Amino acid sequence: MNPSIKPACCGTASLGEQDCSSANVVSKPTLTRYILLGIAGLAVWWMVYRSLAPFAAWFTYSLLTLPRGTHLGSAMEFFVFESPKVLMLLTLVVFGVGIVRSFFTPERTRRILSGKRESVGNVLAALLGIVTPFCSCSAVPLFIGFVTAGVPLGVTFSFLVSAPMVNEVALVLLFGLFGWKVAGLYLGTGLLIAMVSGWAIGRLHMEKHVEDWVFQTHTGNGVKEEPLDWPTRIRFGVEAVKDIVGRVWLYVLLGIGIGAGIHDYVPENFMASIMGKSAWWSVPLAVIIGVPMYSNAAGIIPVVQALLGKGAALGTVLAFMMSVIALSLPEAVILRKVLKLPLIFTFFGVVAAGILIVGFLFNWIL
Amino acid sequence: MKKIQILGTGCAKCQKLTENTVTAANELGVPYELEKVTDIQQIMAFRVMMTPALVVNGVVKVAGKVPSPQEIKPLLG
Repeated sequence: MNPSIKPACCGTASLGEQDCSSANVVSKPTLTRYILLGIAGLAVWWMVYRSLAPFAAWFTYSLLTLPRGTHLGSAMEFFVFESPKVLMLLTLVVFGVGIVRSFFTPERTRRILSGKRESVGNVLAALLGIVTPFCSCSAVPLFIGFVTAGVPLGVTFSFLVSAPMVNEVALVLLFGLFGWKVAGLYLGTGLLIAMVSGWAIGRLHMEKHVEDWVFQTHTGNGVKEEPLDWPTRIRFGVEAVKDIVGRVWLYVLLGIGIGAGIHDYVPENFMASIMGKSAWWSVPLAVIIGVPMYSNAAGIIPVVQALLGKGAALGTVLAFMMSVIALSLPEAVILRKVLKLPLIFTFFGVVAAGILIVGFLFNWIL
Repeated sequence: MKKIQILGTGCAKCQKLTENTVTAANELGVPYELEKVTDIQQIMAFRVMMTPALVVNGVVKVAGKVPSPQEIKPLLG
């Protein structure tokens, strides 16, 4: 994996006070301008996106004059087409998610979730996990903040599972490289695992395995929330793009490079014997290997690309990817500060079981 | 004398926030005392849900993000 990749840590945007105050005087015409700019930007984005395929063909066969129908030619065309395509998708989605996230601070998410009944709460928490800014180093303060505000334990866990596991970067990469079906499956099953495992933990009534001091902690809004306006939200989006795309572009190119490299060179069914459908034990093995490992979603995609391209079964690879990004040894160590061991084991056990089922399900359906 | 506290359990962003804060304080030339709060129970006492956080004279100024030294300066003033 890539232990050197820093976790997607602690929010992205940073705003100064002057900017906020000057932005507050923005009037309606400015908003209209932003909307028009947005539409124009989208149109340009779409036109560029559409012309990537002909460009890649022209670049490979006319400019570099590589002969058609060769390994090198098709690998080059694949790389020149896929790289800008995925990076453009990533930029658009991260920008959009950045703006959406400006509406969902952790404080607000907590307000929505506190006092919700369990089943409804689990569903809401899993969904909010996607849009609330989250980083693994904030997991503990967030956990305490939720639990002490009256969010049920199981609902809190739904959030803690969904926030890292359902990741917008992974979603875009899966969409760009494997199509909307795989991306949709990842989104749907990720949410489902978060909902069900949180619900299961709630049913087990494990409140007594939370460290005692947690419930004695008084939490509240230490920071006062200022209402945001549109220019500020757009700056959030831009900051998110700078931060996330700036951090992951190398791994994206690496992933596509691996994809292009093995496109024609490595035998098609290289992985099939050990990670193919017929090897049922490959799913539990993928989870066992994946759970202790840590990588962010972008770092794992090159590996996914390489495995899938060479005949590994989708369910096995998906299980591996989910267990790497959703659970990790460092996270267990962090959570040990607030959870006693039985609850940590239950948490990891329930989520790993969920991932296992998803892995088997996909290998069986597809 | 400003009392500056950096709340965080030691992740990369916490180091960055400390660096930026020190830079800002030195450029302003204000006398300050810097403390890193790494104990989770003490961090929770400040009622923040995201780390890293910047606290000046007991007031939480920033939580969950790393502002640039330029953006920190007015918070120290």
